[in-house]
Amino acid sequence: MKDFIRNARQRLLEETREQNPQNDVVQEERETRMEGLWVRCEKCQEIFLAKELDKNCRVCAKCGHHFRIAAPQRIAALLDPDSFIEWDAHLPTQDPLHFPGYKGKVEKSQRETGLAEAIVTGQGTIEGFPVVVGVMDPRFIMASMGTVVGEKLVRAIEGACAQRIPLILFSASGGARMQEGVLSLMQMARTSAALTRLAEAGVLYISVLTDPTTGGVTASFAMLGDLILAEPGALIGFTGPRVIEQTIRQKLPEGFQRAEFLEQHGMIDRIVPRTQMRSQLALILAMHTKTEGVTANGPTA
Amino acid sequence: MAQPLEFEQPLFALEAKIDELRHFSQEKGMDLREEIATLEQRAQELRASIYQNLTPWQQAQLARHAERPNAIDYIRANIQDFIELKGDRLYGDDPAIVGGIGFFQGRPVTVLGHVKGKDTKDNIYRNFGMPHPEGYRKALRLMQQAGKFGRPVLCFIDTPGAYCGIGAEERGQARAIAHNLYAMASLPVPILSCVIGEGGSGGALALGVADRIMMMEHAIYSVASPESAASILFKDATQAPRAAGAMAITAERLHKLRIVDRIVDEPVGGAHRAPLEAAHNLGAAFAQELASLVDLPPAELVERRYEKYRQLGHHLLMG
Repeated sequence: MKDFIRNARQRLLEETREQNPQNDVVQEERETRMEGLWVRCEKCQEIFLAKELDKNCRVCAKCGHHFRIAAPQRIAALLDPDSFIEWDAHLPTQDPLHFPGYKGKVEKSQRETGLAEAIVTGQGTIEGFPVVVGVMDPRFIMASMGTVVGEKLVRAIEGACAQRIPLILFSASGGARMQEGVLSLMQMARTSAALTRLAEAGVLYISVLTDPTTGGVTASFAMLGDLILAEPGALIGFTGPRVIEQTIRQKLPEGFQRAEFLEQHGMIDRIVPRTQMRSQLALILAMHTKTEGVTANGPTA
Repeated sequence: MAQPLEFEQPLFALEAKIDELRHFSQEKGMDLREEIATLEQRAQELRASIYQNLTPWQQAQLARHAERPNAIDYIRANIQDFIELKGDRLYGDDPAIVGGIGFFQGRPVTVLGHVKGKDTKDNIYRNFGMPHPEGYRKALRLMQQAGKFGRPVLCFIDTPGAYCGIGAEERGQARAIAHNLYAMASLPVPILSCVIGEGGSGGALALGVADRIMMMEHAIYSVASPESAASILFKDATQAPRAAGAMAITAERLHKLRIVDRIVDEPVGGAHRAPLEAAHNLGAAFAQELASLVDLPPAELVERRYEKYRQLGHHLLMG
């Protein structure tokens, strides 16, 4: 299988060369694009067509390794088709401290991701069950939480509360955003405070931890779910492993701060592979619906 | 005698000289009043120019000064009949956070504070003021107890950050902090927090979700310590002074950004120069802020706290 793919890739590259024997620049570009067609699994080294990987929710078909996934792609895989209505898509990111280089960094991330900020929020349905969702995108400044991410989260939580719709937040974040200083720190307090209201209203909140969830995000809304799920192998912790190693000057044990480690230590409810996330969430939602006679196939089934 | 920081050295040298002249004039019975007065005048000017123009990094050095009063000093000066209460009832007790009950100006209160040690031995015992999850869980337990018995909560923040180590992660450091933020947001009694030294990251915030957020004049409050911010942003921890400058960590900046409600004056040169004066100022600030909160019905208190955090930073967001 591996050989077959390697051969196929080689053939494609050769064909490209044949088509443009004189134009080196075009050829190089094409090669890059060809490279983009293929991806190698970071874990088992298997090579896949990028399209195949995308079709499998960016989970390696061979070893089950979960690649990081962009927020729009996750939303597409999670929600019922055409059910998603985005909220607050264009809240402008400010540079309150006039932090050197910050504006440029934000603009670069915006260009590269097509997103305005590091989280996408909105409402939609899963197997017909209405949900409010928030999905962080690790491509955007490591999905760090600044004022806008915090504000979008607070609005999503308040929206779920007002409409009494279950809330599902997918976290992936390096933590609080340094460039907004203490304002970022305060987003931990703001999101946690908003969640107290949701709890008082008796509305379900499912927190899904994905790779990587660290720092101020773990130490606030991400660890406050009624149910806490995690994707296999996701790095989850307060302090990142590099900093811990530097601080305690010893090597960390294998698997430290991975989802499986957290499950063993009683910090999360269960690990759910991405390919089963939608059906698992539908089941949980069904169990939190007050109407009788619902199944995981939807509220009206 | 306090050890001078680098930028304080000219002042300390001058002060030493004045002392020397005083001794000399006493011993020899010489009248040097005029000379001493001139030097005093210069010292006064030097003090003003040094302490009124501190860079953020110099503020950080003052905030971490080895002789700076810690939470225990402030408790001793302001809380009568303090009874320390220990343990999280789950795993252990964490000396990096001290908690207990006592009287503040005749009113029973619950008191919580990060504690840095006074010397190496004390610092090892208190883990340099860096709590494990047990510290936060003890704080949570005592806060909930305060809620039950209607006691206001006074918090002294002074930590480089929550401890990062294997055990801390295994026992759920992140969850412990998150749970405090969550519980503080709806605690039905007044919460006053003051950063007395160093307010580092989520480890500080876990005692900092309050009706009033205060800072001592030379305290710092930051999303991450200047060193770790520098290693994240510039991949180089020695760039800490630069990170300190960029992050807005001083009381003055944070007050202007409307994150901090009140700055508590310190004696000239920092709280360690006159600890009792600093403690008195802090006590007066706590008393004044508390007076405006104690008569609010719990529901309104919680509602106002929610709105405070809801609106926090909004003027910048819509900027």
